[in-house]
Amino acid sequence: MQITDPTEKAIINGLQGGFPLTPRPFRDAGAELGLSEGELIEGVAHLVETGQASRFGPLWNAEQLGGDVCLAAMAVPPGQFDKVAAQVNAHPEVAHNYERMHALNMWFVISAERSERIAQVIAQIERETGLEVYPMPKLREFFVGFRVEV
Amino acid sequence: MVDGIDRRLIAATQAGLPLVAEPYDAVARTVGTTRNDVIARLRRLLDCGAIRRIGVIPNHYALGITANGMSVWDVPDDAVARIGSTVGALDFVSHCYERPRRLPLWPYNLFAMIHGRSRAEVIEKVARIAALLGPAARAHDILFSTRILKKTGLRIAA
Repeated sequence: MQITDPTEKAIINGLQGGFPLTPRPFRDAGAELGLSEGELIEGVAHLVETGQASRFGPLWNAEQLGGDVCLAAMAVPPGQFDKVAAQVNAHPEVAHNYERMHALNMWFVISAERSERIAQVIAQIERETGLEVYPMPKLREFFVGFRVEV
Repeated sequence: MVDGIDRRLIAATQAGLPLVAEPYDAVARTVGTTRNDVIARLRRLLDCGAIRRIGVIPNHYALGITANGMSVWDVPDDAVARIGSTVGALDFVSHCYERPRRLPLWPYNLFAMIHGRSRAEVIEKVARIAALLGPAARAHDILFSTRILKKTGLRIAA
């Protein structure tokens, strides 16, 4: 989709972070973007209504809110792939699971309130599938400058 | 850590801020506190990293950014902090982590998720990183996802 409306473009490119923590934040952010308070509120509402924005507000970092997450990978023989996917996905602690092109062809995220639970889930999956699970815990997170330019 | 009011604040803003002139006042009424308390809590949660940022959360797919690849890199352990900071700062990298190697199957210790409008664009961006890192990147690969097998969102109860 090509965004042509200059107001929407300015909002997407200019407001992916740094929304002011002030009593009238739309007025203050609008001043930076050259928009009135009403124009900014309307523009944001339109982006959300049309689905160009998933939402407007805080992007929460689940891991900082308690609990633990761990990425894990498996090398699943192609003939067993769907069966193993069902076995892995049956665990409620498995939040995401992707098939990827590599010898390690199944990549999933295990999320649990308590860290010990993650090791238990990995052990269960290994027992159920007879395959090795390679835990890939995050050792360090680097600050990302990711933003979408339209 | 987060207390009860923080959890109510999370629940009240998970779907987004109210699109009104005084959104923090509206949130304060929902949560049962004052506007200044809401602002102070959001500032603290931003500072400690529990909130990554506040603003437009773009829908990548609707905006045409439909391709993503997990780029993985084998870099020297004593350079991973410097290289990770450099790679993370690129505006097309959405996550950047150091993770353990699993030798001999998995020699890579740096992961960077790359987004683009096509696979070709993702490949071109990974080549840009490779050029930037030079010989410090001893090996790298891109793992494209071929299927989403499961995806559940973040859900926090009040």
